[in-house]
Amino acid sequence: MAESNTSNNVLKVIDLNIGYKNKSITENIDFTLKQGELMAVIGVNGIGKSTLLRTMANAQEALSGNIEVDDKSLISYTPRELSSKLSVVLTEPLASKNLSVIELVALGRQPYTNWVGTLTTTDKKKIKEALNMLDLEPLQHKKCYELSDGQLQRVMIARALAQDTSIILLDEPTTHLDLFHKVQILKLLRSIAHNTKKTIVFTSHEIEMAIQICDQILLLNGKDNPFGRPQDLIKKQAFERIFPDDVVTFDATTGTFRIKK
Amino acid sequence: MNSFQTYRWHFLVLIIALVCSFLLNISLGSVGIPLSETLSSVFGDSVQNSSWDYIIWNYRIPKALTAILAGSALALSGLLMQTLFRNPLAGPFVLGISSGASLGAALLIMGSGLFTGLFSFTLLNDVALAVAASLGSFLVLLAVVVVASRVKDTMALLIIGLMFGSVTGALVSVLSYFTKAEKLQQFVYWSFGSVGNLSWPQLTLLLGIVLVGIILSILSIKSLNTLLLGENYAQSLGIHLKKSRYLIIIATGLLAGSVTALAGPIAFVGLAVPHLTRQIFHTTDHRILVPAVLVYGAILLLLCDTIAQLPQSENVLPINAITSIFGAPVVIWLLLRKKRMVF
Repeated sequence: MAESNTSNNVLKVIDLNIGYKNKSITENIDFTLKQGELMAVIGVNGIGKSTLLRTMANAQEALSGNIEVDDKSLISYTPRELSSKLSVVLTEPLASKNLSVIELVALGRQPYTNWVGTLTTTDKKKIKEALNMLDLEPLQHKKCYELSDGQLQRVMIARALAQDTSIILLDEPTTHLDLFHKVQILKLLRSIAHNTKKTIVFTSHEIEMAIQICDQILLLNGKDNPFGRPQDLIKKQAFERIFPDDVVTFDATTGTFRIKK
Repeated sequence: MNSFQTYRWHFLVLIIALVCSFLLNISLGSVGIPLSETLSSVFGDSVQNSSWDYIIWNYRIPKALTAILAGSALALSGLLMQTLFRNPLAGPFVLGISSGASLGAALLIMGSGLFTGLFSFTLLNDVALAVAASLGSFLVLLAVVVVASRVKDTMALLIIGLMFGSVTGALVSVLSYFTKAEKLQQFVYWSFGSVGNLSWPQLTLLLGIVLVGIILSILSIKSLNTLLLGENYAQSLGIHLKKSRYLIIIATGLLAGSVTALAGPIAFVGLAVPHLTRQIFHTTDHRILVPAVLVYGAILLLLCDTIAQLPQSENVLPINAITSIFGAPVVIWLLLRKKRMVF
């Protein structure tokens, strides 16, 4: 735990208790992420994955405990300051799908633009980089309603990337996608984290993929919520207890789940 | 990404169209005045018939300017509401502004019979009517703002606005039921809407309020654009959600409330113009949409008013009838052509 207190701890969560109005959903959440790490938050439905994400984005208050972004308490940031530290990709549908891809990605630059939202040369460069990184240049003038789910998810990630924050939070970025596009998105997240040194946290049901692709995993189980590198969690037998034994079992050698017949 | 420059030809054409509609509007009416004479009068030259000069300056120009202000203000408030509520069916009146104004007007016109002694009949002029209507819409708006500070969800706010509208509508029905026919008629005339009854001082007042509304809207452009992503995204982009919401609601109240108070509830313009503008300009960027709906709204209401005065005849149709009869099919056609309800 106290192995390092160097300043590249980008996101630190200490003894966090999340929920709504005195009704706790999950407590004892502890983890620390460094620059450029990719972490998956996994757990069964209703365990509080999205609630944790919303709490980290300061969209709702924590019941107790602390979240530190760049060694400073999350709640001490103004919305404007936080918007240049932390960006989000949510599950909610876009309010207007009549935006073109490039317009939507450009909205990621809002925290840096003037009162009416004029884009500077730097803004345009960042937008181009984001489109480039997610292979969206051929699509940039399409309207969002013309895109497939997988393409739209890439656009939303590009928007978060254009926001140029040290942390990106994504709520279930792979839901509604087929296997190929799931893998595509997760590999993209991994390369973004490692190449741009951004810290990326996403919630997911894809435990097997998370084990293969993530640097760190936070397993919400409602009790001790183990956190660590995937191989360490496997060693600690953390995955065995997620689902009832008589339905699925975890195979530690392959890192996969087997259906009990 | 679309800068203003991309659209400068659009705007040039629009401004020319606006000037043409303005001149058309003031040259047509129950008294036929040749266009050349109208132009001379507007530019201060001598006119053959001095009564024409009088008609143009004291009747037609105030009316045309009212149409411009009302059209612009209603169209802009419709745009604000559609973006704030992420609902293509929202218009300037979803927050109960027009029903509040109706209640104010109804209480003055029809309630005066019920509370004789409180109101004398001499009070019942246009100014009193405007004051009552603005008081009504202001009170309903105030109630909505108080509720808005309590609810987190904008959708709930939309429904609450509609409920306020229903309640005030019901109160108006009750009043109408107990009212004599001639008072009822007076109220019905008010509810038809009219841009023709404003004096120069009233027009100046309207201009002042509408300008404040436009300035507040311009200050909201950035948050309006961000709201296209949804409220949670807007918040994550550093937008102060509550403050932006108040600003947008107050702007709408000023724009739609002042117009309704002085010219009656004019239907359709606020709902339709933002749609037409989005279809023609192919953008959702409010830096373009805000100025564009102002001009489109003005042109549309000027043309509707031109038709409503039935040139060369002595009759004038209610402007509400014209805005709906000509406007609604145009919007339906535009949406069918695009095969998709985008906003």
